[in-house]
Amino acid sequence: MSDRTEIFDTVTRLIEPFNKKQAELGESTTFQGDLEWDSLTVMDFVAAIEDEFDIIITMNMQAEIETVGQLVDAVEKLKA
Amino acid sequence: MTETGLQPETLPADPAPLAPERDLMSKFDPLIAERQALLDSGVTDPFAIVMDEVRSPTEAVIKGRETILLGTYNYMGMTFDPDVIAAGHAALDQFGSGTNGSRMLNGTFRDHMEVEQALRDFYGVSGAIVFSTGYMANLGMISTLAGKGEYVILDADSHASIYDGCKQGYAEVVRFRHNDVNDLDKRLGRLPKEAGKLVVLEGVYSMLGDVAPLREMVAVAKKHGAMVLSDEAHSMGFYGPNGRGVYEDQGLERDVDFVVGTFSKSVGTVGGFCVSNHPKFEAIRLACRPYIFTASLPPSVVATAAASIRKLMTAEKKRAQLWENARKLHGGLTAMGFRLGTAQCESAIVAVILEDQEQAAAMWQALLDGGLYVNMARPPATPAGTFLLRCSLCAEHTPAQIDRVLGMFEAAGRAVGVLA
Repeated sequence: MSDRTEIFDTVTRLIEPFNKKQAELGESTTFQGDLEWDSLTVMDFVAAIEDEFDIIITMNMQAEIETVGQLVDAVEKLKA
Repeated sequence: MTETGLQPETLPADPAPLAPERDLMSKFDPLIAERQALLDSGVTDPFAIVMDEVRSPTEAVIKGRETILLGTYNYMGMTFDPDVIAAGHAALDQFGSGTNGSRMLNGTFRDHMEVEQALRDFYGVSGAIVFSTGYMANLGMISTLAGKGEYVILDADSHASIYDGCKQGYAEVVRFRHNDVNDLDKRLGRLPKEAGKLVVLEGVYSMLGDVAPLREMVAVAKKHGAMVLSDEAHSMGFYGPNGRGVYEDQGLERDVDFVVGTFSKSVGTVGGFCVSNHPKFEAIRLACRPYIFTASLPPSVVATAAASIRKLMTAEKKRAQLWENARKLHGGLTAMGFRLGTAQCESAIVAVILEDQEQAAAMWQALLDGGLYVNMARPPATPAGTFLLRCSLCAEHTPAQIDRVLGMFEAAGRAVGVLA
């Protein structure tokens, strides 16, 4: 299993507790449009991701991340 | 390029209405609809109150009705102080109504220097810089202090001016959970050691009126080599031995690098400032765009601010009365069964937490109809999606006024069904 697949699986596992709409999760799922998260949910979720991977995703980077795939790419880059 | 392209004859005589997708204003349709729905429910627009007369720091006339003001930030009740008003009159007579320029060019008059000296005396510091509003003080200080490749670390419940200061600058921005010392520690620990860092805190958070554990937070910031800016907008005049703010109350005068404040609350006029003991502090004036590229405050405003700040240095009686008023209101509302932003009285802000917009608006309207003005606050300004009626006390509120306020809250609470 590649690193990216592993990160994708972890990210989707961490999304689940916040996935109130039970939206289908794929690379192109968007946080705002598909999951309909507000800024508080985003903050809690980002904290969970940061703790899991021991990274910091700055607000500047968060502004650029719209989809699950983009988040997985960002985590992969930050972990490297 | 010539000006011919701008001549009116090149425009169609009768332009077609803009298609919705090209009308930049159409993005506000949801906001307009939400406001209309609120107004259709029959309430007065809570964000369009007009004070037709202001009779004292605690009384105004709104739509012909005498109203107790319990939603201004006039904590120390300085707006009608005779010495403050006299200073303003004298400055108007001697220096005119405005400066017509930036502090950097022709906009620094005698009283701009005097108010900065009053701030140095009040805070016991070597440096003071006055901005045109408190909002611009945060905007300017944060965007100028933290540059590209550096970090601003801020509390999630920070005021909009702090968030906007981050957007105005080029630093990386990291936020931590509100007042959570461990979360701040963890986040600072993950940042590159060598990078410059500014931790931005507030002494009192204005929505719920809760005080920050500054001592612990500043210790954590220092451990990670960060500099600290504390916004003391809601604490000036009544925390600490000299009324300097929560940072003084918690014994942090040597550890907080920059203190930001405002003239629009305890001082009772308008303007913002930053004070610091940093030996290079004056350099901010040369680099800070919200300081350089805006007009300076009118002479009467800085003269009233200077007179007010000097009086606040010895306003022990007002300070004691303000705390007494805050404790009386907090205790009374708690006893009635209202849910408040803090379990104990921590500040001069008492926030009543309500279930939703409908309940908050009904309660707010009932209070206004009874002759009491409080602030209604709603998301996104409030934390955790709460709807609040925010009361802020004034040193000039009398015990009899607070009794009337409590009576009105009880009546409105029962009428609206907030109280059983």
